[in-house]
Amino acid sequence: MSEQIFTTVGTRPIRHDGVDKVTGRANYGADLSLPGMLYGVVVRSPHAHARIRSIDTSAALAVPGVKAIITGQDVPLVDVKLGMGEGAMDLKDMSDNLLARTKALYHGHAVAAVAATSLAAARAAAKLVCVDYELLEPVLSVDRALEPGAPILHDDLVTQARPPIEATGPTNIAGRLELQRGDLAAGFAAADIVVERVFRTPTSHQGYIEPHACVARVNEDGRINIWTSTQGPFLVRDATAAMLGLDAANIKVTPSEIGGGFGGKIPVYLEPLAVVLARQTQRPVKMVMTRDEVFRASGPTSATKIRVKLGAKKDGSIVAASASLYYEAGAYRGSPSGAGAMCMFAPYNIPNFHIDAYDVVVNKPKVAAYRAPGSPMAALAIESAIDEIATTLGLDPVEIRLTNAVTEGNLAPYGPPYGPIGFRAVLERVKASDHWQTPVAPGVGRGLACGFWFNAGMSSSATVMLGSDGSAAVITGNPDIGGTRAAQAMMVAEELGIPVERVRPSVADTDTAGFTEITAGSRVCYATGMAVIEASRDVREQLRGRAAKIWGVTVDETRWEHGRVVPVTPSDARTPLTVPEIAAKLAKTGGPIIGRASVNPPMAGPSFAAHICDIQVDRETGVSKVVRYTAVQDAGKAVHPSYVEGQMQGGASQGIGWALNEEYIYSAAGVMENAGFLDYRMPVASDLPMIDALIVEVPHPGHPYGVRGVGEVPIVPPLGAVANAMSHATGLRFTELPLSPPRVLARLQQGT
Amino acid sequence: MKLHIDTTLNQEPAEFLCAPDETLLSALRNELGLTGTKEGCGTGDCGACSVLLDGRVVASCLVLAAEVQGRAVTTIEGIASGTTLHPLQTAFLKEAALQCGVCTPGFIVAAKALLDVNLDPTEEQVRYWLAGNLCRCTGYDKIVRAVLDAAANMRSTRA
Repeated sequence: MSEQIFTTVGTRPIRHDGVDKVTGRANYGADLSLPGMLYGVVVRSPHAHARIRSIDTSAALAVPGVKAIITGQDVPLVDVKLGMGEGAMDLKDMSDNLLARTKALYHGHAVAAVAATSLAAARAAAKLVCVDYELLEPVLSVDRALEPGAPILHDDLVTQARPPIEATGPTNIAGRLELQRGDLAAGFAAADIVVERVFRTPTSHQGYIEPHACVARVNEDGRINIWTSTQGPFLVRDATAAMLGLDAANIKVTPSEIGGGFGGKIPVYLEPLAVVLARQTQRPVKMVMTRDEVFRASGPTSATKIRVKLGAKKDGSIVAASASLYYEAGAYRGSPSGAGAMCMFAPYNIPNFHIDAYDVVVNKPKVAAYRAPGSPMAALAIESAIDEIATTLGLDPVEIRLTNAVTEGNLAPYGPPYGPIGFRAVLERVKASDHWQTPVAPGVGRGLACGFWFNAGMSSSATVMLGSDGSAAVITGNPDIGGTRAAQAMMVAEELGIPVERVRPSVADTDTAGFTEITAGSRVCYATGMAVIEASRDVREQLRGRAAKIWGVTVDETRWEHGRVVPVTPSDARTPLTVPEIAAKLAKTGGPIIGRASVNPPMAGPSFAAHICDIQVDRETGVSKVVRYTAVQDAGKAVHPSYVEGQMQGGASQGIGWALNEEYIYSAAGVMENAGFLDYRMPVASDLPMIDALIVEVPHPGHPYGVRGVGEVPIVPPLGAVANAMSHATGLRFTELPLSPPRVLARLQQGT
Repeated sequence: MKLHIDTTLNQEPAEFLCAPDETLLSALRNELGLTGTKEGCGTGDCGACSVLLDGRVVASCLVLAAEVQGRAVTTIEGIASGTTLHPLQTAFLKEAALQCGVCTPGFIVAAKALLDVNLDPTEEQVRYWLAGNLCRCTGYDKIVRAVLDAAANMRSTRA
């Protein structure tokens, strides 16, 4: 791909939604109130695993102000699949997760919902809903789930396996994936050094600051409005319709501003309950989760157990690798173990490998997507093993990775050959960075780790409307989590040659925007951006037609050049027409111009990242502090570099939190004991240093500007980078996260 | 029975009714329609509900609405003057110090309380002052830079 010249892309304009967000005017999920609105509250199971014998709502219904109470009996359990991108979402599980029918499968599982005229009345009534439970033993780890005789969560669970395996009766294994290449035994036999370790990571949460929130209203004609904070308004519409047996054509979903998601605001938890309550009461119903509910009842990511075995030659080249991945799914199938398996060896060219990955149900909340789902834990395992080999062989951590790094034409472990990818460029950038060039300070450990993420394509639409003043509006349907509206406006400005301030980007409701898949998979800037670019080019083509009309020539005699239409023939004396000049004559040349495009790119360009972490450990307390951190990543093309850096810095800090402190702490009964921000300790400003973000740009040929996704891969390397840094700071290899002070101190005192 | 509260809100006299056990956060959002102040946790741990009470930064989810009787409350809606953004607001925009933006009002209010007492803070002082505000998107890098930038701008304007 030849070097492109950009005018707007690559600059750093003020985001268009910025002023609303720094003045408090931007409306998030909980900010909408409607006249006559009721407040909905969910009644949740106090047990991690229990059969529901009966539910008595009579006392709760007697509370003044209570207008309706629903249980699983009021919502049909549906058994349908919702088409979604390349896969399908099983709504039976989502439906049972919405309201437990026969069994509560985790502490916090919804069993009923109350609507009342005040939040206080709804909460008071919720406490009076009387549920008769038969307690069952909770299954709280993959080890227990796989033991013979362990309690079975779902009697009808069948292992979905690729390649297929024979079903052997009741199981907690929901899925199995196997990947292999070459001759593993021969590979290990040829190795000079073999390292084998078992790693464990805890349940951890996305930790978005805005709790889930929505308002639902049922109009007199049966049409339903839902206002909600979601990563996928079309998904909310279609899933709600399917789960409640309603016509999606009668549901309009308006996404609010979204206060973070990281994958956790893809599932539907509250909206169908609010709709049922609104239908029963004929009043609008608002539902907002408390932080406690967000921890207990929305989807965190999997706790994992990962065994890795790596064999290498003395020069550091990896000749064989095997891994077994066990990921907790929570109460229903669907952990990202398969993605973990596909990502784990993706950065390295390994001739002989075998991976098996298991999706295991346990009595914890159903996991949701969390930023590069499944990849960070797998990266912890492989990156720690590589670090150990490098240390033993006395090799430089960057060099051993360069020795094994994949490049264009190598096969990905999940099948296809890579196109142009930036992993080697990323590693070279690490080598050249000030951080890597600076000697490690005394008492500090330095760790390096890398990461891979696929990035997603999927369906997106965009509409670009040209104003007669030469300004433009762009409409898409993807909630803007991290600055995608600004990026889209920049693309319109780039294509039309108008100032970015003259472009107005909007995220519209499901009746207004063309169908667009969820804001996820690092796909918005890439795929929806591609639709925006094509819609802008559609406008350009129409502008050529109007210029031709003004000049009285055919369209073929015009061409587009740097924000204006020019005559094809150089000798032609006609003066080029700018966008504002043509726009001023829209009415006389045929009316308004609207450009539109829809795309469905099969797959985005994969992203690679490498992070450097310097950590200092207090040997008396086990307290550690990240003292310097650098993130390097191939963005393909950074449309708005500030927001690309922001994704890298944010992903790094989220990963540092995961590595050092964050974990769900469970009692033996399966109750989360730290369901609040005080005890679930996410990084605060004083915990972190500045995070250097170094962007590498190896263009992705499948995108007009070369864009790859950027949002997810930054959370893949930090777990390994922190663990490797800790290992070099202490001389001890750590295999279990988080590296919290008590765990580090215990190891320091043991001395091994 | 509801209580009648007289207070000063964003430099203007204001009155509202609240339940005796209602939080200031709830009164601001539900009685007064000022939804710029956000609820992230309701337990004083995230700082999204930060407001100034007589110039001091407080978590409005931990203050009873009735406590603001006769006192002065400043929310995010009162930080800009007319059509002029506060230097902190300008700096947050320029530095791209927000991604989802839900924590931004709390950060700006808390940072204003810092700059009101210390117009030349070090990076470390900014980091510790803002340690009561959680941001999950940015990693704080650009937030800290924005606060330092705003302070520098305000110093140069005053000089």
